[in-house]
Amino acid sequence: MVAELQNVEVDYDRGRALGPFSLAIGAGETVALVGPSGCGKSTALRLLAGLEQPTRGRVARAAGRGETAVVFQAPTLAPWLSARANVALPLELAGVAKAEAAARADAALARVGLAGAEAARPVQLSGGMAMRVSLARALVTEPKLLLLDEPFAALDEITRRTLADDVLALWAATKPAIVFVTHNVEEAVYMASRVVVLSKGPGRTAADVAVDGPMPRPAHFRTEASFRQTAEQVSAALAEGVGSARSEVG
Amino acid sequence: MSRLWPPLALTALLLAAWEAACRALAVPPYFLPAPSAVAVALGANVPTLIAAAWSTLAVALIALVVASIVSQALALVTALSPVADRAVRPLASVIQVTPVVAIAPLVVIWAGIDHPERALVSLAVLVAFFPIFSGAVTGLKSADPDLERLFDLYGATPVQRALRLRLPAAVPYLLEGHKVGAGLALIGAVVAEFVAGSGQVRGLAWQILDAGNKLQTARMIAALVVLGAMGVALHALLEAAERAGLKWWRGR
Repeated sequence: MVAELQNVEVDYDRGRALGPFSLAIGAGETVALVGPSGCGKSTALRLLAGLEQPTRGRVARAAGRGETAVVFQAPTLAPWLSARANVALPLELAGVAKAEAAARADAALARVGLAGAEAARPVQLSGGMAMRVSLARALVTEPKLLLLDEPFAALDEITRRTLADDVLALWAATKPAIVFVTHNVEEAVYMASRVVVLSKGPGRTAADVAVDGPMPRPAHFRTEASFRQTAEQVSAALAEGVGSARSEVG
Repeated sequence: MSRLWPPLALTALLLAAWEAACRALAVPPYFLPAPSAVAVALGANVPTLIAAAWSTLAVALIALVVASIVSQALALVTALSPVADRAVRPLASVIQVTPVVAIAPLVVIWAGIDHPERALVSLAVLVAFFPIFSGAVTGLKSADPDLERLFDLYGATPVQRALRLRLPAAVPYLLEGHKVGAGLALIGAVVAEFVAGSGQVRGLAWQILDAGNKLQTARMIAALVVLGAMGVALHALLEAAERAGLKWWRGR
């Protein structure tokens, strides 16, 4: 077990945002959180990261400081730093010597396919490249738990598919547990070994669907019958969670 | 070039009309000298006027440096301590809304009759302080909230957060604050010269007052021309510095 939410509830001023909700993340699992807007999926992610505390319930985290990494919806790079310095930042904050941090940052950039762009500033990068830098920054500390909050939402379809494959390839190298939030059912089924569907806010578990198939995904995974079936199942659970009439499907 | 000629043409037109009116209506030169007379006065007083301009500019620049250090240090303190923030903000606003002219007599007393230059610099500092301070305060809070979360996640110390996140994130705001502050420091220096008197310090304001006392109206206008030219030059310089600074900060 890398991290676990036990019956957590989160209340904000405007009311309950999440829960009661439980979720256990095993080592090396890739878990997708899907649900309607405002169901609290991002809140669940911040609880797992330790960036927020639950109002009630418990959060257990085996991954300590430096072993949890987050990729946000936007690349969230410091505009005054080069790609290399952005990626090296988590290491330098942890006290790693500058030269070693730079070398590890270059290696992380190479792993996300950005060798040669080390000196570029964020303003010079395309949206997809900036997202890769953000991914490299998350990977550079070799986390046990990688949290992605709708990381590809702002990118075009082709770029997001490429990045999805890249994330899975990177996952295969060190097998961190991955939890990611998405609105996109296909992306969830494609990237996750397990899809957790949340009901509309405050979110509870509407379904917990296991996805069969090898990781990383084979070339035509999206066209396979099992993929389509699982996607249908997730869509149905999502519809039921929202409370629409399509709940009979699947 | 195409951006330069409309203002130049308008200026030439206005000067020509002014010159023609003065000649046609035989306006007495102590009331309104013709532009040609101003040009003559300007030419005759070049060394004095340049020395005076330098004296005023020096006051403004020293004030800018002092205001820059004081306001940024204070902004950093308020950024690190919410209590200090609440304590300092209202006082900073008081400094902003109090006219420098009203404080001048007090500052002159404190600086001492023998040190008018101290009074001038102090008054210009008071004027230049607020834009830099408020720019710094805003800038230090302007970092991307997700970047702040990232610093939380990696357990950054308060010092790391200040030096590696908040200070660099504030740079565009600091550049803007210094640009505005420098312009105000020049205005503050001139106003201070008017109200604090002159003593040994003979800046542009003193030139204007002295010429006025002697009814040398052309010399008054010549000093004004120099003051205007200096203001425009300073502004252009600071615009360029801000652009260069932003380019360095952003990498493009």
